[in-house]
Amino acid sequence: MKLEDLKKAVDGDRGVELEEGDARYTVAVAMGTCGVSAGAREILAALMDELAARDIVDVIVTQTGCMGMCDREPMFEVRAEGAEPVVYGDMTPEKTREVVAEHLAGGTPIEEYTV
Amino acid sequence: MEELALHILDIAQNSIRAGARNIRVTVEEDAEADTITIVITDDGSGMGEETVKRLLDPFFTTRDTRSVGLGIPLFAQTAETCGGNVGIDSELGCGTTVTARFQLNHIDRPPIGDMAATVWALITLNPKVEFKYRHARDGAEFAVDTAEIKNFLGVRKLNSPRMARYLKEYLSDGEERLADG
Repeated sequence: MKLEDLKKAVDGDRGVELEEGDARYTVAVAMGTCGVSAGAREILAALMDELAARDIVDVIVTQTGCMGMCDREPMFEVRAEGAEPVVYGDMTPEKTREVVAEHLAGGTPIEEYTV
Repeated sequence: MEELALHILDIAQNSIRAGARNIRVTVEEDAEADTITIVITDDGSGMGEETVKRLLDPFFTTRDTRSVGLGIPLFAQTAETCGGNVGIDSELGCGTTVTARFQLNHIDRPPIGDMAATVWALITLNPKVEFKYRHARDGAEFAVDTAEIKNFLGVRKLNSPRMARYLKEYLSDGEERLADG
């Protein structure tokens, strides 16, 4: 795949370039040493893939460091304007996809997965 | 960590926390010399001599959420168990270079792992940082420059979910071609 092929694929389907202030949710994946070794990279992949599959364009995915609960990694935090952050722990790619469906698309946090 | 690629993802986090705007990651496999060399260079805040000296100590960290910083010591430990080493070259205000050398054919050497996924994660999570990545293997190479890609595609960021999906395909394809020779 050359850069030209990437351009061809992307043209007309590049998604939305979101500004920080315009996001409905910001998801911060914990990428400390504890998070990375517990599988944060695969959590990020599931998160981005499910967002693309559901065509959700108003969520920003970013990163944070160690959240002080290394034994609950992989973790991520969902932040929304005017609401307490929701912290998810012991995540798997499957649980992450559920959070995208229920919380990021549906607006209801999955209490069972929070820490 | 099960992959060298995960160590790289972890070590690059230090560069991001140091406020780097440009990060360069190089992986060189040289069968003839029986070495793998990994270099991570950033233009972040850098460290003074004292800090660098203490960096290999697992009970040293500059953060306050946890009393241990394990990234560099873990990387060094992995290198040492397979006949290699990790060196840090840093200057306050200029940036840091971490260089790791591994014996390619050492029985305890972890696999390089999924470099496409590591580079993809770094690019996706850090839209304001420019990455230059190069993976060389016995004369062949796969190289990525985010500034060049953005310029070529006419975009400012590469981190929308759709864009991320195409980028992943591009990176995986590049790594696969390199692996196939």
